[in-house]
Amino acid sequence: MEFRFFHHFGSYLLMLKGMFTRPENMRMFWKEFMRQCVDIGIGSLGIVLIISLFMGGVTTLQIAYQLVSPIIPRSTIAQIVRDTIILEFAPTLTCIVLAGVVGSKIASELGNMRVSEQIDAQEIMGINTKGYLILPKIMAAVIMIPCLISIAGFLGIWGGQKAGELGGILSSDQYWQGLRQDFRAYNIFFALFKSFVFAFIIASVPSYYGYHVQGGALEIGKASTSAVVVTCVLILFMDFVLAALLL
Amino acid sequence: MIELVNIKKGFGDKIILPDVSAVMETGKVNLIIGSSGSGKTVMMKCMVGLMEVDAGKILYNGEDFGAMADQEKKEIRQQIGMLFQGSALFDSMTVEQNVMFPLDMFGKGTLREKKARVMECLERVQLKDAAKKFPAEISGGMKKRVGIARAIVLNPKYLFCDEPNSGLDPQTSLLIDKLIKELTLEYNITTVINTHDMNTVMESGDHIVYMYKGRKQWEGSNKDIIFSKDEKLNDFIFASDFLRDAKEMRQMEMFQSQDWRNKLKKD
Repeated sequence: MEFRFFHHFGSYLLMLKGMFTRPENMRMFWKEFMRQCVDIGIGSLGIVLIISLFMGGVTTLQIAYQLVSPIIPRSTIAQIVRDTIILEFAPTLTCIVLAGVVGSKIASELGNMRVSEQIDAQEIMGINTKGYLILPKIMAAVIMIPCLISIAGFLGIWGGQKAGELGGILSSDQYWQGLRQDFRAYNIFFALFKSFVFAFIIASVPSYYGYHVQGGALEIGKASTSAVVVTCVLILFMDFVLAALLL
Repeated sequence: MIELVNIKKGFGDKIILPDVSAVMETGKVNLIIGSSGSGKTVMMKCMVGLMEVDAGKILYNGEDFGAMADQEKKEIRQQIGMLFQGSALFDSMTVEQNVMFPLDMFGKGTLREKKARVMECLERVQLKDAAKKFPAEISGGMKKRVGIARAIVLNPKYLFCDEPNSGLDPQTSLLIDKLIKELTLEYNITTVINTHDMNTVMESGDHIVYMYKGRKQWEGSNKDIIFSKDEKLNDFIFASDFLRDAKEMRQMEMFQSQDWRNKLKKD
């Protein structure tokens, strides 16, 4: 078990090292990078919009349900919603979902390319496939996922406001007042820092699993599942480590 | 010309190629034949550099591929075209984009020149009309032809084909064989084909290497096969009664030719 861990970890590091060579053709690299930006960024926008709206709404309702004391002002609900969404829900929950959406796509795309010898075809042409196929994915994820998380944060907070208004829990003014109470800009930095780390994990771990698939369709499925599971566990682990170190 | 000098390759304890030497000649269709598990795919993967040999040398025009620097290897690889068993076309690209890919990556010239070259190659494989289609929309035989067009678009010096006829009907198989043979002669390239197909062996095999359990069992041309006394080769090539009858008929035909009578007397 331990040896398998070290084997995978070593191969993962070698894969990362192998990516950093001069691209054979900068124009083709840029084209692939832009394609990945669209796939990862625009392709995941729909699901991010939906989960962030509901995430904000549910958070408001549940906090209001627990804060029934008459001595706590209603605006405190908005303050808690804000911090919960910025610190945890927008970066972590969104990235867990993206690990499923983007991670499985990356692992199955690369796995299929490996099994159908498309990667071999590029290798024979003299292309560094790690640099051409994996690096643009990681770069696109590291750029697009923080953008998605920023959108998720805004929409989550907005969804919380709407849920509060529609549920008759707190007025718009109370909500905005709560949002401004004890605001710390460091929380935004923390959320963005987490999103960069998670984005790297979301793109690199599934790339590793997809790139090293051996076998057929069954193995592609297994690699996809393993990639998503390992990515989710790593996100949660890093979430804990970063919270312990930076908060 | 590609020379394999005492190459050895294994995976863990399992030795796939214990010691193989062979020469793949320029301007000829060189075939590697053998039953499944005989090591021919491993041999081809070693030749194109997808696998490293454990010992021995692979020489491209006299230069050791294994000893080359990365940049030199890249240059050699850009002179290699390969047709894969499953065609290995890029699913997200059209036929035209697939053939254009090596040109975009390594080719020089304007977009118009590149497009003209792509169309020239597609015309060569009679697929000009399918340029805008995706791989999922074309047949297996067409995919193979697109694979050939992609392999020749950079004017390679070496063409490798891994089971080019697998999964194809006999007529399409013959068409692919004919195309590969024509391209070999037209561009004077070194073609290496890994095949099970007996039609390919008999029609295109200018130079044949028969592999048996990882070793080179027999070497010769398609004409030599008819009179070969190698038992293992005969069992492999003429496996059915029908093929054995066909062999005898061909022997009779060839025996009537004076050249062959003289050759047999010499042997």
